[in-house]
Amino acid sequence: MPKITYIEHSGTEHVIEVPVGSTVMEGATKHRVPGIDADCGGACACATCHVYVDEAWLAKTGTPGSMEESMLDFAEGVEPNSRLSCQIQITAELDGLVVRLPSSQH
Amino acid sequence: MAGVVIVGAGQAGVQAAESLRRGGYAGAVTLIGEEPVAPYQRPPLSKAYLAGTMDLDRVILKPEATLAEDAIAFVPATRITAIDRAARTVTAEDGRSWAYEHLILATGSRVRRLPVEGAQLAGVHYLRTTTDVDGLRAELVAGARLAVIGGGYIGLEVAAVARKAGLAVTVIEAAERVLARVTTPEISAFYQDLHRAEGVTILTGTGVTALEAGADPARVGAVRLADGSTVPADLVLVGIGIIPNAELAAQAGLATTNGIDTDTNACTSDPAIFAIGDCASRPLAHYGDRRGRLESVHNALEQAKLAAAAILGTPPPPLEAPWFWSDQYDVKLQIAGLSTGAARTVLRGDPATRRFAAFHLAPGNRLLAVDAVNSAPEFIVGRQLIARQQVVAPEKLADMSISMKAIAADPA
Repeated sequence: MPKITYIEHSGTEHVIEVPVGSTVMEGATKHRVPGIDADCGGACACATCHVYVDEAWLAKTGTPGSMEESMLDFAEGVEPNSRLSCQIQITAELDGLVVRLPSSQH
Repeated sequence: MAGVVIVGAGQAGVQAAESLRRGGYAGAVTLIGEEPVAPYQRPPLSKAYLAGTMDLDRVILKPEATLAEDAIAFVPATRITAIDRAARTVTAEDGRSWAYEHLILATGSRVRRLPVEGAQLAGVHYLRTTTDVDGLRAELVAGARLAVIGGGYIGLEVAAVARKAGLAVTVIEAAERVLARVTTPEISAFYQDLHRAEGVTILTGTGVTALEAGADPARVGAVRLADGSTVPADLVLVGIGIIPNAELAAQAGLATTNGIDTDTNACTSDPAIFAIGDCASRPLAHYGDRRGRLESVHNALEQAKLAAAAILGTPPPPLEAPWFWSDQYDVKLQIAGLSTGAARTVLRGDPATRRFAAFHLAPGNRLLAVDAVNSAPEFIVGRQLIARQQVVAPEKLADMSISMKAIAADPA
């Protein structure tokens, strides 16, 4: 199973095995990684699962779709490497992915 | 060790348990659910889970192992039938009981049954649990004829999934328009057009008087309408609303009206007992002295956080405007606020483009609600303005050349 590293805003790291076909968001919410609220459960409806993708991984995680992009546009502290983690589907290629979490999702 | 007992392991119950632990609650937390599976999310049931594109593992909110790591004692397949408020205990159908210091009722709701002859026939489905959906999905076979009774979110979302699966779909709605209870005429008209364009037959202002068997006397074959005609159907989905599970609270003498009455902290008429989610009637913070039940994930999460904060003795979280969403075909509807009492509606964008928003304004132009179709900026800014009870300039909202960011900065 691909291993994903989540780094909280405080610097605390969580390395979680996340099944292929699930999402970066689900890996966090199902394994007690604080800092990803995911209020809508992954429907791209709420923008509370914002993460920063480690620069080295940007090519592999791809780019946001138009709905995601316009949701992100209103997130706090958005950066060029910002994504909604519910929209990053886990593939074998993402084994080792590193994402950082913002200080708040609201 | 009497800590917090939570009755109901849906979105609200799970969030309450988690918020207690994240807030440092050191006592016992017991989460009691009626269903045999780990806590799961309901919104995908009428969407991706029904379509088969999301499996049970992904619908699960918290696996049992994760609950255990948080020292949340999860008790599945258990129906609580009594509360003894003097002794501070709850008792299950099978006689087991749990003592509490604080009790959180997150008992949710159940489907309203269709009160007509023939409703017990095989092939008649409801949609509330994973078991319901597993049964429905097994009958979603291309070419079959599905009659959907009730043009609310559940009915329309199922209609969309069934059309994609190649079924012939008829939606039968008693009111004059679909989504009549939850949204405005503009949005209803849009969804009627959308479904008709996708090949769904929509009958509004149409009552159902009976379900009739077909060749197999035990199985539904047609829906009898109030005008005497019939709609042939190989299967039927009934989505005519839900009823709050407030009986447990009422039997214990807690105040209930439409659901269990709660205050701004989600506390019931007993200071040791909270009620959260679908089962609770709450003050609607941004709407004067109105009260009501909100059937939504946002409400479940917010009330769970309020109850946890009250038990922890920490400040309550800021109250957001209520919000909802629905996915049908490639169209995402996001709703913020409650449009009841609106004096006018301002359209932003053209419904024909499948990307527009309807803003609903109170007398004096305070923003009450926004229905946003494939329009995230309108939804997000609308939600913030509603929470601030902001007065807005209708002509700005209607002007697509003024961005929502500009409107957020200078709305009036």
